Amino acid sequence: MRALRSPGLWLALALTAAAGAWPYFTGSASNREVAFTILLSVALASSLNILLGYTGYVSFGHIVFYGLGGYMGIYLLSERGVSLWLAVLAGGAIAGLLALLLGASILRLRGAYFALATIGVNEAARAFINNFQPFGGPIGMTLNFRLYDHYGGAARALWMVYGVMLGLTLLVILVSYLVKNSKFGLGLLAIRENEDAAEIMGVTAPQAKTWAYVLSAIFPGMIGVLFFFKNGNIEPHDAFRLHLSIEMIVMVMLGGYGTVLGPVLGAAGYQRLRGMLLVSPIFKNIQLAVAGGLLLIIVLFVPAGAVGWLRHRVPVLRKVLE
Amino acid sequence: MSDILLPSLVDGLLLGFVYGIAAMGLSLIWGVMDVINLSHGPIIALGMFGIYLIFTNTGLNPYLALFVVALAGLLLGMIIYGVAVHRVIDAPHLSTLLATFSVNMIIIGIGTALLTTTPRNIDFTLGSLSVGPITVPWTRVAAAFATMLVTGLLYLFLYVSRPGKYIRAVANNRVAAELMGIPSARILALSFGLGTMLAAIAGGLIATFFPFTILSGGSYELKSFVICVLGGLGNPLGALFGGLILGGLEGLTPAFMPTTWVPVLEFGLFVLILLVRPSGLLGSKS
Amino acid sequence: MILQVQGVSKWFGGLKALSQVTLDLPQGQILGLIGPNGAGKTTLFNVINGVYAPEEGRVIFMGQDVTGKKPYHVAHMGMARTHQIVQPLNELTVRENVMVGACFGRENHNLNEAQQIAEQVLEFVGLGDRADQFAGSLNVAQKKRLELARALASRPKLLLLDEVLAGLNPSEIASMIQTVSAIRDQGVTIIMIEHVMHAVMRVSDRIVVLDYGQQIAEGSPEEVSKNPKVIEAYLGDPKLAERLGRLSHD
Repeated sequence: MRALRSPGLWLALALTAAAGAWPYFTGSASNREVAFTILLSVALASSLNILLGYTGYVSFGHIVFYGLGGYMGIYLLSERGVSLWLAVLAGGAIAGLLALLLGASILRLRGAYFALATIGVNEAARAFINNFQPFGGPIGMTLNFRLYDHYGGAARALWMVYGVMLGLTLLVILVSYLVKNSKFGLGLLAIRENEDAAEIMGVTAPQAKTWAYVLSAIFPGMIGVLFFFKNGNIEPHDAFRLHLSIEMIVMVMLGGYGTVLGPVLGAAGYQRLRGMLLVSPIFKNIQLAVAGGLLLIIVLFVPAGAVGWLRHRVPVLRKVLE
Repeated sequence: MSDILLPSLVDGLLLGFVYGIAAMGLSLIWGVMDVINLSHGPIIALGMFGIYLIFTNTGLNPYLALFVVALAGLLLGMIIYGVAVHRVIDAPHLSTLLATFSVNMIIIGIGTALLTTTPRNIDFTLGSLSVGPITVPWTRVAAAFATMLVTGLLYLFLYVSRPGKYIRAVANNRVAAELMGIPSARILALSFGLGTMLAAIAGGLIATFFPFTILSGGSYELKSFVICVLGGLGNPLGALFGGLILGGLEGLTPAFMPTTWVPVLEFGLFVLILLVRPSGLLGSKS
Repeated sequence: MILQVQGVSKWFGGLKALSQVTLDLPQGQILGLIGPNGAGKTTLFNVINGVYAPEEGRVIFMGQDVTGKKPYHVAHMGMARTHQIVQPLNELTVRENVMVGACFGRENHNLNEAQQIAEQVLEFVGLGDRADQFAGSLNVAQKKRLELARALASRPKLLLLDEVLAGLNPSEIASMIQTVSAIRDQGVTIIMIEHVMHAVMRVSDRIVVLDYGQQIAEGSPEEVSKNPKVIEAYLGDPKLAERLGRLSHD
């Protein structure tokens, strides 16, 4: 495939792989935790970008897929005794299925109405799970510690989950790239730019949008399982955190929506910044305000994000920065 | 059954007025400039703290303090518009959503640092009103009256005063209004200010009967979304009715199902209405 | 007949934008669609290509009833159009814009083929050297050509042109007319909405005149320009009436 010889793809993959390999060299568990958070953000942001950046639909409640996938996975792991692998696949499947069902309905809404509906879906899901006894209601579910024994004990299990997270992140970036450089992706970009004109040119928009939504939901579903497996327990409050949903959008915007590399850099940059603010005695308390100020500056002055800005300003870089 | 149902319904409806005034602010801003103000919740919380700080520091009656809070809300809104919204007013929805959300983060960030997240409570009571089986705190009744008063004044302002007429003209067709010589930037700032003023008033009223933290506005913001969709986005009076519907619903449902199911119902309804009737049950400006 | 419009009516609220419009279009012809502003010309296009479903009547394209079918269905069958108000995909390059037409139109090409088609079509409409520019950075005349290129890239059977000449200078008009004739010579059937009278009269095989949603005349350019009803309809627009009068004296 010609696409696989693109420098832009390899740049994004290499950066992620290099950052992801760092804890293996140091062997430090705290490094691993930092890197896990970054990889998780990169993967979530890149998934969201398929819908937000390529298709132009603002999903404010995208975290619903992460939460639902996580719940499904933890339920299967702790109550049904399936393996982590199967649980991860099931988490992705249930998220994809929900997106498929929603796609047929709420994707008809445009602009702010779609954004509002996604918030509604997330809140409805959170409230529902809160009442859903098989998933533990408001208390949620806790994994039995002995479950980790199947994976060589807690310590080894955490390293393994980290490895899977790294692999999954690289996969998301690859998929993001392949989508963008496919005919399907061209249709999505056309929808983003002008949905009516795209339909007149023959883009079957309802179908294309739905598949974009499904694709952007599957990975958060899988990631949810990994995160809550590592975490050991899951609660409605953690799983459907609207704030995390919006942070995903911030990361995409920071790096540059609609680009492959943008969400990668945006997510990594955002998490690094957040980490630095959290350890700084001055900014620790107002880290949220600093992040908000940064977001405001980006939205007002660099709406295309870092990568988007570079692509516009320096056309030569377009071949490298996908 | 009915001796539980009736007080609970009255309670819900009175609360519904306050929901309504909060939602009205969101709806007004949407109606005039097609912006969904995601800093709505924190501004409601600032309204709560405004009343709290004035009352605990000066002992001023909360209802008088409400005037100060309203004015501060108006000014704050105009500042937010000028700094964060004006530049992206014609950009795609994502830009205004994110711009107002960044204001949300800034307020919550600074608010958490300065005010902590320990729950606060205004030590103020007006006693209770008892009619038959119904007993409600006077503060709730006062809040409902205040809401009606503010709604009346708002409509008077929109329909009688010159700036109010300008606001309606800009809401109707900004380009045409500009061609008629209406200073749209100032009118948009004023509208945004009025929207945040309503949010601050709502917060102030809520603070007279519920404990709160800087994060408390969030749930009212979410309720405001639901209400706006019920009443039709962009229709302030519809928002008041939507608030009453939601309040009534919250009052009635506990009689039929556990309270924890109320949000499922609310948000399920919200998504459903968006799907079948995006203009809201009561219609909207377009 | 490649296209049959049978008794189509369309209301917007209380306003009847189209009233019982009927027309038959044989393959390979150019049909000129004229009429004063607000006559319902663009609405007729929107009904033909599925943007609006008509309240009455049917649209039959290549023997199939397409009434109420979505625009993309009709596009897949081989109908393409341009817009009076240009609708470029601003953040995509000119080439990518045209590739969308080639990929999702009648022939359903893959990206490589679409790219080749895009190069050819852009050369044909004279935008060859602009392929890598963002579409948003083109001027209006270039955007009009881009609209045409996108439509052509789908290799349509029927092409709906909505005021492709508006806003062009005389030499641009002349070259656009040549382009339109050349497209017809490739076997594409064309309906063109046009206000530039001399041009539409010269290039069309037949003319249909709409006024207030009514079809007030139909025939050869010569017949139509002498039709008193048509002249009357244009009297509201004296400049056009004068031009029309001049044409019939030519």
